[in-house]
Amino acid sequence: MVNMIIDGKNVTARKDTMLLEAIRGAGISVPTLCAHESVSRSGACRLCVVEIKKGNRTRIVTSCLYGVEEGLIVNTKSERVLNVRRLVMELLLARCPESDVLQKMAEDMGIEAQTRYAVDTDKGKCILCRSCVRVCEEVVGVSAIGLFSRGSYKEVGTPYHEPSDACIGCGACVYVCPTGHIEMTSTGETRKIWGRTFKMQACTKCGKYFAPVDQLKFISKKTGTSIDELAVCTECR
Amino acid sequence: MSGNTDKQSHAILDNLTLYYGPKRKFVAICAGTGCRAYGSLKVKDALEAELKKQNMADVDVLATGCLGFCEKGPMMIIHPDKYFYQSVKESDIPEIVEKTIGRGEAISRLLYRHPETKKTLFREEDLPFYKKQLRAVFGKNGMIDPSRIEDYFAIDGYQALAKVLAEMTPEQVISEVKKAGLRGRGGGGFPAAVKWEGVRKAAGEPKYVIANGDEGDPGAYMDRSLMEGNPHSVIEGMIIGAYAVGSNHGYIYVRNEYPLAVENLSKAIEAARANGLLGKNILGTDFSFDIQINKGAGAFVCGESSALFASIEGRAGEPRAKYVHAVDKGLYDKPTVLNNVETWANVPLIINKGADWFASIGTEGSKGTKIFSLVGKINNTGLVEVPMGTTLYEIIYDMGGGITGGRKFKAVQTGGPSGGCIPESLLDLPVDFDRLYEVGSMMGSGGMIVMDDTSCMVDVARYFLEFLKEESCGKCVPCREGVRRMSEILEDICAGRGREGDIELLETMSAAIADGSLCALGGSAPNPVLSTIRHFREEYEAHIRDHRCPAGVCKALISYNIDAEKCTGCGVCVKVCATKAITGELKKVHTIDNEKCTRCGACIQSCKFDAIYVK
Repeated sequence: MVNMIIDGKNVTARKDTMLLEAIRGAGISVPTLCAHESVSRSGACRLCVVEIKKGNRTRIVTSCLYGVEEGLIVNTKSERVLNVRRLVMELLLARCPESDVLQKMAEDMGIEAQTRYAVDTDKGKCILCRSCVRVCEEVVGVSAIGLFSRGSYKEVGTPYHEPSDACIGCGACVYVCPTGHIEMTSTGETRKIWGRTFKMQACTKCGKYFAPVDQLKFISKKTGTSIDELAVCTECR
Repeated sequence: MSGNTDKQSHAILDNLTLYYGPKRKFVAICAGTGCRAYGSLKVKDALEAELKKQNMADVDVLATGCLGFCEKGPMMIIHPDKYFYQSVKESDIPEIVEKTIGRGEAISRLLYRHPETKKTLFREEDLPFYKKQLRAVFGKNGMIDPSRIEDYFAIDGYQALAKVLAEMTPEQVISEVKKAGLRGRGGGGFPAAVKWEGVRKAAGEPKYVIANGDEGDPGAYMDRSLMEGNPHSVIEGMIIGAYAVGSNHGYIYVRNEYPLAVENLSKAIEAARANGLLGKNILGTDFSFDIQINKGAGAFVCGESSALFASIEGRAGEPRAKYVHAVDKGLYDKPTVLNNVETWANVPLIINKGADWFASIGTEGSKGTKIFSLVGKINNTGLVEVPMGTTLYEIIYDMGGGITGGRKFKAVQTGGPSGGCIPESLLDLPVDFDRLYEVGSMMGSGGMIVMDDTSCMVDVARYFLEFLKEESCGKCVPCREGVRRMSEILEDICAGRGREGDIELLETMSAAIADGSLCALGGSAPNPVLSTIRHFREEYEAHIRDHRCPAGVCKALISYNIDAEKCTGCGVCVKVCATKAITGELKKVHTIDNEKCTRCGACIQSCKFDAIYVK
């Protein structure tokens, strides 16, 4: 265990954990957009920044990636911290004016849109937190989507924006997306995502459509479980 | 590792015959990228053919790397008299061979003339451009054809390596470099020996040694010229570094837009292998090390250490949080030393001449020399190498020859896009890592862009932010979105759409972007804006409040006018104007319709009477 002072409170945290967990463990809230529990950390959104003090030196670090340290003094609400968070929220509001999630978050943080920035109309609700890309690579294991281009041209998608053979239509990306940017539509029999229409499997017991056939094939191949066995929905299993 | 093999390693080097005596006749002709563009390779071919024709084929012709004085290329130095010829053309060659090489006579018209005293100067070292320089690292370019390892041997090349392997323990090497006070030449100025020591002590195998040759600052080309002109000095430095930290595997990361650097480095690595200087059992010792070249695709961000590692690993060049340092977890999460090309090239020098010699040059906190590229509105464009602590004035006026066209100096931009602009009032600033930082700029890799009174500082800031916007990797929000918004605001200001409060907003954004960005690209991206606001705030205010660009650059804020006193009505401007904005009867004063005028400047260039002015 390590001992730290967070916002004036003595806090103990387990060794080899991140500051973010220690701060939240102490009952202090820290906003995040890209730190999803099911994927690795990327440090892209910068909302979780905090100010740390070691000896005489203070600096701003991302708490989601900074490991706990004995004797660390942490300020989660210093002026510098709040300035970074304000900037990030203002920038994201200008990028994704349609996002209700961001609007709600900004409201909770007492931040209003910066009217000096021209509002984007072509970015949808995507804040490029890359949770979708990470879940597709790390959890699903297919890497059907990725990031391309650089800087403000950066985008998430399938290669060349063409329907991807690698995609199994599982929808994990939709699940982790914090702003609801990724579109997935369903007719029951079919599911449409990333420009591809997937055939859904009906449960062999109750008849309910419950998963894309391609996803079940992928799981079968990976685990060795027969397709017949997988064709029963989780409720009937 | 060493000790009993000293004789062996020295013996191998002794066998390499020394190539040049002091009386030897040879011609060094600059074949660096700049001089090549001037046609120096044709001059070289002509020289070789002429030497054959005049029965002097035994005179060696060295196609060297950059000699620094790029303004005056193609240039050649004729040994043993060391005559320095500038702007040489193919047609000059027969005379050069006959008179200078054949009879030792100088040809006056090819020599450099002092711009003030008008005296003819014979040798390189007499030229004001070279006189105050200390070309400890870069000066060797003139003695080497980079494709021939023998040339490098002839100037004591690989002697430092032999000494290290024969006489020094890795710890001794590190302590020597530490004593020398060598700081990284790539931008941050981090003490090299501290990195080395960290990697030596770090747990984890294998360990990697990398040279960062991803020089990306606009106008900077010193690393390029070192890799092109003296690749063995970089390689030798890396081998010594590898021995010191205990690494067997090195990379040189060089951008693919530097084809000559890639070619010369490749040849040099092969030659070093063939001579037992790279590969297994270097110089007969049990130390093994090899180097691989990794070609970068040219993204500016790949000069950042963690993005560079990602790029070598085959992933997109994106930085990652560096709370665990590269010294512990760098390339492939293994202990890694990453130093800039120029830093590596300094290492053999420290070993050969000693830490005390190195530390005797420079300032308290910055030791040794630094190579700067002098570009922009300066008479002597080129590369200069000076002791740390040389003042900006000395660099720009004594070596650089002052401002083109005798105009007024306004600012010098140092440190590339992450650096800042330094005004005239600070020209006496001694240039070193710490002093540049104090005035809101940085050393960076050593680029210096000189600006005169025709440069608008808001426009300069706009240019750099535009560059950084394009080069941001896009991973983190403050850099990707914040730099873009700053760039838009600057564009607005330059286009006359600036608003009251913009300066303060830019300052607030700058602080948050610097604090909140993931890597140093975003962290330093606001510097061009902050430094220009700090030193030229009134120019911003003129743009925003008075809709005026004092330097006459921002097209939306200026108008072209004709001075009725001076205009003779000759009509030349009417003919050159592409948009037919100028009208007037012959021999009567003309007028410009500023609605039609695109401010291209063609009329100003064409007017012989200076009658057209910008307001």
